[in-house]
Amino acid sequence: MAIVERPSDVLALPAGTVVTQSPLGVFARPRAKTGWRSWVSTVDHKKIGIMYGVSSLVFLVIGGIEALIIRSQLAAPGQKLLSADLYNQVFTMHGITMIFLAVMPMGAAFMNYLIPLQIGARDVAFPRLNALSFWTFLAGGIFLNTSWFLGGGADGGWFAYAPNTGVIFSPSHGMDFYAIGLQITGIASLVGGVNLVVTVLNLRAPGMTLMRMPVFTWMSFVTQILLVFAMPVISVALFLLTFDRLFDANFFNVAQGADPLLWEHLFWIFGHPEVYILVLPAFGIVSEIIPVFARKPIFGYPFMVFSGIAIGFMGWGVWAHHMFASGIGPISVAAFSVSTMFIAVPTGVKILNWMATLWGGKISFTTPMLFSIGLVTMFTIGGLSGVTHAVAPADTQQTDTYYIVAHFHYVIFGGALFGFLGGFYFWWPKVFGYFLDERLGKIHFWLTLIGFNLTFGPMHILGLQGMSRRIHTYRDGYGFNLWNMVSTIGAFMIALAFVVFFWNIVRSKRKAPTLPAPGPDPWDGRSLEWSIPSPTPEHNFDDDPIVTDFDDFWHRKYAEDDQGRMVQVATGAEVAMPGDASRAHLPAPSYWPLVVALAFPLIGYGLIFSLVIAALGGAALLAGMVGWALEPPDDEDLPPHGRDDHGDDGGSAIDAPAPADAPEAVTAGD
Amino acid sequence: MTDVVAPPPEVADPPGEIGHGHATATGISNTKLAMWVYLGSDCLLFGSLISTYLLLRHRSVEGPGPEDVFDIPFTSVSSFVLLMSSLTMALAVASIVRGDVPRNRAWLATTAMLGGVFVGGQVYEFTTFYREGLGYTTNIFGSAFYTLTGFHGLHVSVGIVMLMSLLVMSARGNLGPERAEAVEIVGLYWHFVDIVWILIFTVVYLIP
Repeated sequence: MAIVERPSDVLALPAGTVVTQSPLGVFARPRAKTGWRSWVSTVDHKKIGIMYGVSSLVFLVIGGIEALIIRSQLAAPGQKLLSADLYNQVFTMHGITMIFLAVMPMGAAFMNYLIPLQIGARDVAFPRLNALSFWTFLAGGIFLNTSWFLGGGADGGWFAYAPNTGVIFSPSHGMDFYAIGLQITGIASLVGGVNLVVTVLNLRAPGMTLMRMPVFTWMSFVTQILLVFAMPVISVALFLLTFDRLFDANFFNVAQGADPLLWEHLFWIFGHPEVYILVLPAFGIVSEIIPVFARKPIFGYPFMVFSGIAIGFMGWGVWAHHMFASGIGPISVAAFSVSTMFIAVPTGVKILNWMATLWGGKISFTTPMLFSIGLVTMFTIGGLSGVTHAVAPADTQQTDTYYIVAHFHYVIFGGALFGFLGGFYFWWPKVFGYFLDERLGKIHFWLTLIGFNLTFGPMHILGLQGMSRRIHTYRDGYGFNLWNMVSTIGAFMIALAFVVFFWNIVRSKRKAPTLPAPGPDPWDGRSLEWSIPSPTPEHNFDDDPIVTDFDDFWHRKYAEDDQGRMVQVATGAEVAMPGDASRAHLPAPSYWPLVVALAFPLIGYGLIFSLVIAALGGAALLAGMVGWALEPPDDEDLPPHGRDDHGDDGGSAIDAPAPADAPEAVTAGD
Repeated sequence: MTDVVAPPPEVADPPGEIGHGHATATGISNTKLAMWVYLGSDCLLFGSLISTYLLLRHRSVEGPGPEDVFDIPFTSVSSFVLLMSSLTMALAVASIVRGDVPRNRAWLATTAMLGGVFVGGQVYEFTTFYREGLGYTTNIFGSAFYTLTGFHGLHVSVGIVMLMSLLVMSARGNLGPERAEAVEIVGLYWHFVDIVWILIFTVVYLIP
């Protein structure tokens, strides 16, 4: 496949009759393989995964800076770094940024990159929709953060309880940005969810039955199902809030008879599955890392899968434990108490299975392994404090105190983020073709672990002492001083740990040419992504892998000898595919997903500031969709090819008439 | 919306030709499966909206309530029109499977027209209610009613756009029996929207 960089005829009107090549006469079919143009037009799940990862790290830094500002304000009593109003905005934006713009897309980064590789597919089911998901997420994230410069950030907490977030109590545009911004990222999640659910169900390689899929793919699949069903609920809640704020509807107008519990129910019906959306991909990552570095297959694979499914199901029946203090009545409280205690069981099964995998294994404590063990231990602490929330009488004491803040940071940071950091170290050689430095990695891990516990451990004590969440300062003499100072020191330690991480990336990249290349299978891995060269070639697999077993790649390397012991019969490099692209046919890149995605924030700004901008956005959306529909998913100018994994990429609802000779040309290779 | 109605080319392949590159692991085409997953998601959207309506409809402190404005006979007729459009949609799918392109065009156009009549009825209904004093911001029932039925009307309108797109494809000669599945997928969406209306009509109009 020749690399053809077209001369700069982008944005030029086409001459003649090349309608199918540049729909609406705007864009030429992008062909760049390198440079910025290859990134903005890509439909490659790997490039999209990398872009998700980079964006999530950028938003993590932004959210982290907000966290440091919060901790500086609270380091000592009576500080005046932030006003009460600004403090509200900073902690709200910290929460939104971390949950929706850092941790969720970080999971999306791993899922986008790894799901097709782990199931043996060329790409996702709808490559252009995948690009749309990413650009829409990024547009929504940038939209949310521009609120800082356009009248102030959201100030009602990430849960945004209405009517407290109505125009009366929150008159700035912050909550409008919240409602519309999350609506935009919600579109991204929904589109991505549909896409990846179909990918996992439909694009599995021959022999890759559901119960042979790696645990990461399984957990990602459950996550995507949760996204598909949870997103519309928050969408409705956000629509109601938007209509209240912008069009004077009465959904949360108590004077007109509204029920404040409506928002709480809608939000937490989404919000509790969201917790598992954050953490299940990390559970999956750890379930990949631990078997590799314990040199044992995962203990109780079916239990691992079904406990994940059980968490996904039961996650829908526990939402009201966020509302024990809101007066939902004793029967509801009792029912949700019990269901919340019950959901600890499948989570406990997972923790037991990880420990049983470690048990008797030949453990090597590499950085990814350390982060995985960090997740198992830290998440257990968070899980235990979670069980105390299930006890309603105790929970009413803990509600709105720092005990809750401690709990959810232990599950989201100690759970999700630890897993993702381990995943970065684990798959870095596969993605970029060089190792991250182990020594710096270990420094990164220990700084993170100690800083994390110093930051959030004391919050348990502060919460039980009665320190409220969401207060911008506290008085001397309450006994809060010491632990707040410790917590602030810990927060800066975490920041230092991330500096080490970013330095590790830069330094390892610089040193990479002098070190031996990792090869296809640097860790003696078990799943299919290790059976192809590193960095992953654009076409993934030379041919569809034929799968005969769980951990198929492992079984190609190891076999039983006469005494029934497992011995190595081949190295990973020997059985890996050579990376020959000649038999691969890839979906063609496109600019249209980006055009469609850019329309969403325009509509958002328009709804807030001026309907003229909204009309422009609507026009851009329409143009983008029509252009997308008229652009065939495959590039006719490239040589015809018989194999086509992506012929049914969505989007060509209105196929433009192909040139008369085109059909023959396309089918000639069949 | 236009993403999910793509004509999947694998129906053109002889069935059972595994390894040709078009077979999916489940045997269901990607586009059709995506439509099913999306409709599952849409169930939750309407579920949340209907719950919201049920919670709020009798909580207004003032202004016209449901019993003051509803014209059950009128809405029954427009509901009947929408339900009949499901029949014509099914006939459209059946005709394209048989390869009867002219009849397929006729049924697609009829379905779109019936959908248009329904949306027109909704516009008429909304205008009448507004004249009778029920605005979007008048009371909490107004907000909940217009939002729920408005979301449904939007879904019907999107369905009409899909049908029109199929008609354009057909007019350009791009919608033969090899793309019958595209019609079927639009049909899935159309029937779903109709079923949701049965629910909304019952819950909003018929149950006092």
